[in-house]
Amino acid sequence: MATAATTDAGAVLRVEHMTMRFGGLLAVDDLSFDVRRGEITALIGPNGAGKTTVFNCITGFYKPTEGRLTMRRGDGSHWLLERMPDFRIARHARVARTFQNIRLFGGMTVLENLMVAQHVALMHASWYSVAGLLGMLRYRRAERAAVARASYWLDKIGLTERADDPAADLPYGDQRRLEIARAMCTGPELLCLDEPAAGLNPRESAALNELLLSIREVDKTSVLLIEHDMSVVMGISDHIVVLDYGRKIADGTPQQVREDHAVIAAYLGVEEDEETEALREVEQEARP
Amino acid sequence: MAAATGGGGAVGAALRDASIAGLIALGLSIFMIGLRTEATAGGLTIATRWPAVALVGVVVFGGRLLMNLFVWQSAQRATARAARPAKATRSVPWLGKAFGIAMLALAVALPVLLPQLMPDKNRYVLDLGILVLTYVMLGWGLNIVVGLAGLLDLGYVAFYAVGAYSYALLALNFDLSFWACLPLAGLLAATWGVVLGFPVLRLRGDYLAIVTLAFGEIIRVVLLNWFTVTGGPDGLSRIPRPSFFGLEFDRSDAGFAAFFGLEFSPMHRIVFLYYLILALAMLTFVVTNRLRRLPVGRAWEALREDEIACRSLGLNTTTTKLSAFSIGAMFGGFAGAFFATRQGFISPESFTFIESAVILAIVVLGGLGSQIGVVIAALVMIGGFEVFRNLEEYRMLVFGVSMVLIMIWKPRGLISRRVPTVFLKERKAIDASMVAQGEGH
Repeated sequence: MATAATTDAGAVLRVEHMTMRFGGLLAVDDLSFDVRRGEITALIGPNGAGKTTVFNCITGFYKPTEGRLTMRRGDGSHWLLERMPDFRIARHARVARTFQNIRLFGGMTVLENLMVAQHVALMHASWYSVAGLLGMLRYRRAERAAVARASYWLDKIGLTERADDPAADLPYGDQRRLEIARAMCTGPELLCLDEPAAGLNPRESAALNELLLSIREVDKTSVLLIEHDMSVVMGISDHIVVLDYGRKIADGTPQQVREDHAVIAAYLGVEEDEETEALREVEQEARP
Repeated sequence: MAAATGGGGAVGAALRDASIAGLIALGLSIFMIGLRTEATAGGLTIATRWPAVALVGVVVFGGRLLMNLFVWQSAQRATARAARPAKATRSVPWLGKAFGIAMLALAVALPVLLPQLMPDKNRYVLDLGILVLTYVMLGWGLNIVVGLAGLLDLGYVAFYAVGAYSYALLALNFDLSFWACLPLAGLLAATWGVVLGFPVLRLRGDYLAIVTLAFGEIIRVVLLNWFTVTGGPDGLSRIPRPSFFGLEFDRSDAGFAAFFGLEFSPMHRIVFLYYLILALAMLTFVVTNRLRRLPVGRAWEALREDEIACRSLGLNTTTTKLSAFSIGAMFGGFAGAFFATRQGFISPESFTFIESAVILAIVVLGGLGSQIGVVIAALVMIGGFEVFRNLEEYRMLVFGVSMVLIMIWKPRGLISRRVPTVFLKERKAIDASMVAQGEGH
């Protein structure tokens, strides 16, 4: 009980018994895991394991069929994510996300993308446009602060030179990094990244590792990421959760996961009865 | 610029080709156009029309040259262009701003210049100016919804109608002045914008367009059938004319002319109406331009680019869409109130679907989101329509063909570049090919 309490204090996001059904398809089956504060947690699993569904439930794009998702913010407030619409999750629970297929505002400049991310604060400062329309100092100061924050992130992802170019004009790797910076500009406490290294070359992938580590260390933001690129997953994760067919088959440090039978079975593919064997083993461990 | 970098060869080849075409045309037209037999008293005589022949030669030469330079690019130029990296941004030309200022100066000076330049057509041109400015204002209003927020609205005329009937009914029944009614008309139109906004929030693409289209028709049908209030097809007449801070434009001793010691002229009212709509249009311009640079405007454009990404960043897409609908509708309502006071008579006939289509055509032709583009398009569509008046029934044909040609030449509208709302070092315009068009296009 005491250990449970300590892990509880360290969890920024707690997923409990989450199930997601699409008609007859069980995409996520009774999944529970924690994302600990100040750590990088990776969610891995073969294609179709339900990773993106978990993400969509956490960020409110889907409503889970069952289960509870609790976000604990640094100020001590609790937010039950399964009850909130998506934009409120980003706004109040401070969960930001990126997308598997990049969703930038292509026709807007790189800087504008980062300004839209600070919409909530700026809207407040402009008194819902009234102060902004009158050109009041209050709004101009807020806008300068927003540009400064955007510049900080541009500097961090190395895109300061391209700040005034349209986002759609950037190379693929830069777009990935810009999307992360845009999510960070919302001031999140939990950053959810859906395959950030997809389509990146090894050098870009290494730069991404640097960026994510810096987000953890410097910006004190917890990270939850879905990834297939094992150099990223094993290199930077503090904690890994493995999904297969919507169920959690392993949960632990990179070292533990690497040696787990069920994970090896799921990834390398084994005879069917061997896999059921492995899964049964997992279930027995889970139910002491 | 492109031709110059392509080398003198391309221009030389174009000139050579155009000269050959011109000479062929000249040779052919000597017989086909230059010589003509005419039946005269003494039998057939040959009449010559050399100026027409020369004209044909020049037109073919010029046309061929222009087509060579700008439309049919030679293979060499195409490869040169392909080798160059696609240029997405260009420095914002000062030209756009200068053009805007020049247009505004011209618009302000027009009533003063006209009596000197064409005294006989003074009234006609000013009336046309009022009409064009009304459409400019409507175009700017619709541009918020269609151009910035990317929500295709085919029923914009409904808000124009709400504004017009609001003013007419308030003025006739409660004896309110134009200046008191103007904000009320805008407010009522904005309310109806929200009312329309709610059901269409979840709709995308074609469905959005169909529902807005239906909304426009519903308003018109209600106006047509609610006889006791709107007067049905008879419309509302004797709508009060606007006064100059309480001074009526009439012959009485308390009138505008008498107060300022001027000789009475019916032109005073026209000039006043002209400046009124100019001021209203400029208000629309300034407010829209400011809003675009504010968070709400950026949210509209972000919504046009990617709604899902907007939600992931904490933007409430519901209120963002509703704000676009209501602010767009408000300016439509202002324009409607102006329309009612200018005409003195309104009926549902003035608010048919074709009006929505014309306003939308102005926005699309001008370039989605472009303010200057709307001005040019309104001038071309409303002013141009008048210029071709003596073509009579062919007017629609010319109109249609020219629209098709413009859309082939500039598929994203006349001014199809987007100017960023904020910049770090340099404000560079963004090419339309990068910019999303939003829902329903």
